[in-house]
Order: sequence, then structure tokens, then C-alpha cells
Amino acid sequence: MDYVDLPMVWAFLLAIAVFMYVLLDGFDLGVGILFPFAESDGDRDIMMNSVAPVWDGNETWLILGGGGLFAAFPKAYAALMPAVYMPIGFMLIALIFRGVAFEFRFKASGSGRRIWDQAFHWGSVVATFAQGLVLGALVQGINLEQGRFAGGMFDWLTPFAFVTGCALVWGYTLLGACWLVIKTEGRLQAWARRAGLVAVAVTLLMMAVVSFWVPALDAAAADRWGLRYPEIDWSTLLPLTPVPVLVGLVAWQLVRSLRNESTYSPYLWTVALFMLGYVGLLIGIFPYLVPYDLSIHEAAAAPNSQGLLLVGALVMLPVILAYTAYVYWIFRGKVTADAGYH
Amino acid sequence: MTDFLDMVLLARLQFAFVVSFHIIFPAFTIGLASYLAMLEGLHLKTGREIYMDLYRFWVKIFAVSFGMGVVSGLVMSYQFGTNWSLFSEKTGNILGPLLGYEVLTAFFLEASFLGIMLFGRKKVGPVLHFASTCIVAFGTLISAFWILAANSWMQTPAGYEIRDGIFFATDWLEVIFNPSFPYRFVHMVLAAYLTTSTVVASVAALHLLRNTKPAHAMVMFKMAMGFLVVVVPLQILAGHEHGANVYEHQPIKLAAMEGHWETWNGNAPLLLFGMPNQEKQENDYAVEIPKVGSWIVTGSFDGTIRGLKEWPASEHPPVAIVFWSFRIMVGIGMLMLFIGYVGAFLLWRTDITRHTLFLRLCFMSGPAGFLAVITGWITAEVGRQPYTVYGLLRTVDSVSPVTASAVGTSLIVFVFVYSIVFTAGSYYLFKLAWAGPSEGEGRPPHKPKLATWMAPDEGDVAAAEVRS
Ligand code: HDD
Ligand code: HEM
Ligand code: HEM
Repeated sequence: MDYVDLPMVWAFLLAIAVFMYVLLDGFDLGVGILFPFAESDGDRDIMMNSVAPVWDGNETWLILGGGGLFAAFPKAYAALMPAVYMPIGFMLIALIFRGVAFEFRFKASGSGRRIWDQAFHWGSVVATFAQGLVLGALVQGINLEQGRFAGGMFDWLTPFAFVTGCALVWGYTLLGACWLVIKTEGRLQAWARRAGLVAVAVTLLMMAVVSFWVPALDAAAADRWGLRYPEIDWSTLLPLTPVPVLVGLVAWQLVRSLRNESTYSPYLWTVALFMLGYVGLLIGIFPYLVPYDLSIHEAAAAPNSQGLLLVGALVMLPVILAYTAYVYWIFRGKVTADAGYH
Repeated sequence: MTDFLDMVLLARLQFAFVVSFHIIFPAFTIGLASYLAMLEGLHLKTGREIYMDLYRFWVKIFAVSFGMGVVSGLVMSYQFGTNWSLFSEKTGNILGPLLGYEVLTAFFLEASFLGIMLFGRKKVGPVLHFASTCIVAFGTLISAFWILAANSWMQTPAGYEIRDGIFFATDWLEVIFNPSFPYRFVHMVLAAYLTTSTVVASVAALHLLRNTKPAHAMVMFKMAMGFLVVVVPLQILAGHEHGANVYEHQPIKLAAMEGHWETWNGNAPLLLFGMPNQEKQENDYAVEIPKVGSWIVTGSFDGTIRGLKEWPASEHPPVAIVFWSFRIMVGIGMLMLFIGYVGAFLLWRTDITRHTLFLRLCFMSGPAGFLAVITGWITAEVGRQPYTVYGLLRTVDSVSPVTASAVGTSLIVFVFVYSIVFTAGSYYLFKLAWAGPSEGEGRPPHKPKLATWMAPDEGDVAAAEVRS
């Protein structure tokens, strides 16, 4: 396996796992965020039922992200986790409440049910926001000494991380709305389209703010974008202009598809939008795994460890994708309020 | 320095708390998934509706427990990084791939097909639905395989080398099939099956006592007793072999389990009761059977058992905890043996519904399996102290560079959150169990496809049979 750059392969696989997570769990978290704003309890039942059969599988991509980081880059895992100790804690607690709400809600009646409705909503909001905080902390850079975390417990708490937190909440809301466009019909679908339009607008705004803020955080990132405020290096920046242009085009298509009658296009255009944002972020961070101290190669596990798991991943990931697709196919089509086993 | 020691203690407490909470659910869902597969298989084979009623009943309980298992498991997979980052850094090369394989081969499988199992009955038809249940059951076993391989490697490391304080794998088969793994895997899977059987027996006894759903309760009761009769002896045998393995590979732990401070070259007594006193290095109030100890542990009265005093006190685990949790587990094993055989006898010879005292005992023993699982893990894990990787990596060298207050705060938050979730979950589970199975609930108006090859109305015949 000497001729394979294992750490790079793993960095690529992990990037894909995280992206899969965002696309899949993103929409069910988004449904949770939109949940209390629906117009009736019947709508809420439909919203919940639209994600109930698949949320657990979606969340497994998060475990793959954490587990994969531990396995392929133990040094990065060990350096990163203490740094984001608190946001990860918030996320886990929020996911607990949200996860049990799926089952508890159907078992409860009356006021008990209201409580679990709230748990589902706030669990989704907090989990998403916490993920945004982790993202923000990562982009800002983490304070390491000799490869180990050497910062304080509150290093992550910055205005920038707050903005990335909000950005992710709006981004997932958009994904959730587009999912509902696929899974529902009539009045609820029309409502989801309207919610989607609001979410696109705010998400774009947030993306712009983050994009202009990143170069101000770190010299290396500034050089990469040619934005060393207040100077602007046009020779670096100009070749990058296709990115914002593409974002504009995608956003325009997205808005159009939300307005006309198409069912699947809004979700697909949102995926494209996320992809552009994600690639932009990765460009800012590469080749670091823990910015801006620990690189992909420095953090890598032993080659035989990465190799062993790579064999498993190459065999299993296609299988996993196949049966995930199968499950989605089984549950295709519009959802009704009484679709459960309950 | 004291802050650091506080931090270690708090991190240990937090880990012990979240993992003990987590293991409650796998211990139940591993067994219950297999039980559900069996019920659904029986339904397909015999066409008796009573099995389907039971399936529908237990699958609701399964869904709630599985949900709690998933969310508490998610916490576990991040605990390594947040609280045990040095441990992760040093053992990542070895444990990482094992846990990675668990995600790839088990978690996705369980989580995806669970959706079909819970919501897909009308969409996929009976045979594919049965297949999904089997896949979920199989997934729980694969999951147990990998996580126990990881844990067993920490108990009896093999197939590794250490360079600059970091572990590297030299032989993956030795890493996975390390010396204690086969014993731990068998013992844990049987433990999960026993936990489920005692819960099923408990719910059945409840409904026999209240005389609600007698036919359904009787089927459950018979299945549970049959299971206990076969599996408890197997578990005692497996536990015994497991003990012999501990004797070979972790002699300090064995000495703590047995409460031996002095070395015995043959004729060691078997300590039934006592208060291990860590400071004086002896047992207060000891009650023992002479000579039997050597025989039980080594298979011969001449066998040597090394005592704790052979090692410096800094290598001793907290003896009393290991000693007592081991006894509670074994005691519960004996209780299950009693219940299984007495229950089978009563079913065979008499009308079980008249033996209310015995039924009460069965009802009360519902949590026994959980208690045995937790005390068993405490024996294994506390007995491994003061190491995280036995003999190689100390617990104090495993923790994260975070502050005691961060760990303490998150511990309090976890305790608080888990109490809420656990109380609510238990409440809904009790509510479901109390209501019991209902007849023909959600039964499709026409017979399932497979019904073509079964006798008309066999379900009702079955119910009548059981009632008589
Ligand atoms: C003997 C079995 C066993 C043991 C010792 C453990 N687990 Fe577990 N775990 C399971 C058996 C299991 C399971 C049967 O597969 C679960 C239980 C309920 C469930 O949903 O799957 C599960 C769920 C589960 C999940 C959620 C998976 C999902 O989304 O489906 C995670 C992330 C973990 N576990 C991680 C851990 C870690 C890090 C452990 C140790 C420190 C651990 N488990 C001990
Ligand atoms: C699920 C069943 C398990 C239970 C109930 C359990 C129980 C415990 C307990 C009670 C402790 C604290 C011991 C002490 O500090 O005195 C502990 C420690 C620990 N266990 Fe386990 N354990 C389980 C499985 C595992 C597995 C599967 C792993 C690893 C893959 C593991 C890794 C650890 C680690 C890293 C510690 C922390 C260091 C320590 O305090 O020893 N445990 N466990
Ligand atoms: C009655 C006879 C039994 C014996 C002789 C026995 C023996 C043992 C031994 C020696 C260990 C410690 C292994 C170690 O430290 O590494 C252990 C652990 C354990 N026991 Fe038992 N056991 C018995 C019954 C049970 C029962 C009835 C259950 C549950 C229903 C159970 C569940 C467990 C669990 C979950 C562990 C921890 C995991 C492991 O190390 O395998 N045991 N047992």
C-alpha cells in the first residue's frame, strides 16, 4: 500500500462522511427546527412521520465522523475533542432529548406530548447550533502545544462561532423545508415552500458574512483568498470569483424551483449550495485537520491501522449506501399522519 | 495536583455513569431483538396470531429501549475524545479500527433496518419484514462482537508493540481474538439473552397474577422458562471458564474477586462473605469454605492462588468493590437457576397460576438481569484498575487536559439529563408493559399471504390450547 497516500484518502473519506451527515441529518434536524411553526398538530404529525423511519440511520453518519476521526487520525481526535468539550456536550445532550422524543411523543398524551414536542424542537435547534459552534471553533483555529490541546475551556466562545452557529441553523432549516416539499402535499407543502424561501435568503446572507469574516481570522486564510484587509490582492481573488458566481446561480435556481411546482429540485439545489459552501471551507482549512497546527499527515494513525479500516470502508460503504437507498425507496412518496406502527 | 486527581476521579465517575447507563439498553435490546425475530418467525411458520400479538407488544417496548440505547451510545463514542483524549491518542491505532468496523458493519445496519422494522410492515410484506427483524438482531450481535473485542483488548492486550508510548498493531487477528475475548463475548451475549428472559418472565408473571391476557402471558411465560432452563447452566459454565481465564491473565483481579490477600499453594478456601479491608490487607468477618477455592478456580485442590500481597499496594484495585460486585452477579445467576428450574417444574406438574408466591418472585426479578450485567462489568472494569490497558497504560495517564470543573459540571448535567430521560422512559415502558399485549391489534383485515398454507383459524385454536 506504499504507493497510496493513505492519510489523504482518509481525509477525503471523512470529508465525504461529514458531508453525508450534513445532507441527511441536516434535513431531519431542520424539520425539528421548523416543527413548532407548522400550522396545526396534524401537520406536525406528518412532519415527524416523514423523518421517523430514517433519522437514526442519518445520525449514524455522525458516529462515523467521530469514530472515523478517532480511527484514522487519533491525534487530531485527541487534540480537537477537549477543545470543543462544551459544544460537543451541548450537542450530545440535545441529541438525547431529540432522539427519545421520537418514541416518547407517540407514547405520551396531553401535556406530556407537548413536552416532547418542545424537546424535539429545542433538541434540534441546540444540536444544530452546537455543530455550528464546533465548525466555528475549527475555522478560527485551535490552540495546540506539541500536538495537544493547550487552550481554555471557553476558547470556542467567540462572535464568529456564534455566527457560524446561526448560519448552520438556517442552513438546516432550508434543508428541512426542501425535504418537506418532497414528502408532503397541499397546504403543508405550500407552507414548506414559503419557509424555504425565507431560509434561502437568510442562509445566503450568513454565507456572505462568514466568507468575508474568515480572511480576517487568520493570516494564512487571508493569503489564500487574497483578502488581507484592508488590502485586496486582485490577482489571487479574481481567479476565485467563479465561486460566488456559482453560488449566485445555484441560489437563483433554488428560488425558482421553490416557486414553481417542482418536487425534488429544491432539495437538489440546496445540496449544490451546501457543496459550494463546504468546498470553500475546506479550501480555507486544507491541509490542516486541526487548524492551523496539525496537518493531515501529522495526525494520521499508523499505516496498518488506516489500511485495515480502509479495506472495511471500501467494502462496506457501497453496501451501506445501497441499503440506505433501499430504505429511502421503501419509504418513498408522500407521508400521511397515521403512517406509524403506533 | 489535587485538581488533577479530582479530574481523574471525576472523569472515571462520569465514564462509569454513562457507560453503566448505556449498557442497560444493549443488554436488553440484544436479547429482545432475537426474541422478536423468533416470535415473527414462529408466526410465519405456524400462522398463529398470538405470536404476532406478542410481536406487536414487544416491538413497542423495543423501540423505546433502542432509542435510549442509541442516544446513550452516541455519548459514549465521544467520551473517549472529550474525557480520555490521551488514552485515545495512545490506543487509537488499535481501538480506532475496531470501533470503526463496529460503525461500518453494525450501526448502519441496525439503524437502517430498524426503520423498516418499526414502520415498514405495510410497505414490504411479511417475509421481508421478518428479514429486517433478523438483520437488526444480527446487527446487535455484530455490534457486541466489535465493542467487546475492543474492551477485551484493554483487559488482555495482544498483538501490539509500543513505540514512544503509542500502541501499534502487529497482528490484527491477535488483537481481535485476544485471550479474554471469546469468553467475554459468549458471557455477554448470554447475559443479554438472560436479561431479556427475566424481563419477559416478569411481564408474563404480572399478567398471570392480574389474570389479564392469560393466553398471551402463558406463551411468554413458557418461552421464558424454557430459555432459562437451557441458558442459565450455559452461562454458569461460561462464567466459570471466564474466571479461569482471569486467573491466567489477570491474577491481581482474580485475587480481588476471591478476596485472597495471602498466596495459597493449594487448598485455598472459598470466601462466601467478608469485608475486604484495603488498609490492613485482610478480610474482616470472613466466612469461608475450606479448600474448595483452589478447586473451583484451578480445577484441582493443589492449585496455587496468588494473593494480593504479592504485588505492591499501588497495583491493587479497590478490592471490596470487585469482591462484592462479583458476588452479587454470581448470586443473581443462582437466583435465575432457581427460577428457571422451579418454574419449569411447576409448569410441567401443576397449574402455575395458583402459585402466586412464585409468580410474585418472577415479577420482582425483572431487573435482576440488569443488575447482574452492571455488577459483572464493575467486576471486570474496576478489577482492571489502576490501568486502562491492563499492565501497560495507567488510568492517570489516560485523561484529557481539561479542568476538573469542566468534567464535574458535565457530569452533573449528564446525571440530571439522564435522570429525566430515564424516568420518562421507564414510565412509558411500565405503561406499555402494564397494558400488555392486545389481541389482533392492527391485524390486517384479510389474512397475510402466507396464510394460504395454514389451517383456518389456527390462531384461535392455539389460544384455546394455551388456556386449557
Ligand atoms: C455488548 C454490547 C455493547 C457494549 C459493551 C457497548 N455497546 Fe454501544 N450499543 C450496542 C451494544 C454495546 C448495541 C446493541 O448495538 C446498541 C444498543 C442499542 C442500540 O441502539 O444499539 C448500541 C448503541 C451504540 C451507539 C449508537 C448506535 C446507533 O446509532 O445505532 C453507539 C455510538 C455506541 N453504542 C457506542 C458504544 C461505545 C463507545 C461503547 C463502549 C465504551 C459501547 N457502545 C458499549
Ligand atoms: C458497556 C459495558 C461497560 C461497563 C458497564 C463498563 C464499566 C466501567 C466502569 C464502572 C469503569 C470505571 C472503573 C473505575 O474507574 O474504577 C470503567 C472504566 C473504563 N472503561 Fe469500561 N465498561 C464497559 C465497557 C467498556 C468498553 C467496551 C470499553 C472500551 C472499548 C471501556 C473502556 C473503559 C475506559 C477507557 C475506562 C476509563 C478508565 C477507567 O476508569 O478505567 N469500557 N468502565
Ligand atoms: C453464576 C455464575 C457466573 C459466574 C461464575 C460468572 C463469572 C464472571 C467472571 C469471572 C467475570 C469477570 C471477567 C473479567 O473480570 O474480565 C464476569 C463478568 C461479567 N458477568 Fe458474569 N458470571 C456468572 C453469572 C452472570 C450472569 C447471570 C450475568 C448476567 C445476566 C453475568 C454478566 C456478566 C457481565 C455483563 C460481565 C462483564 C463482562 C465480562 O467481563 O464478560 N454473569 N462474570
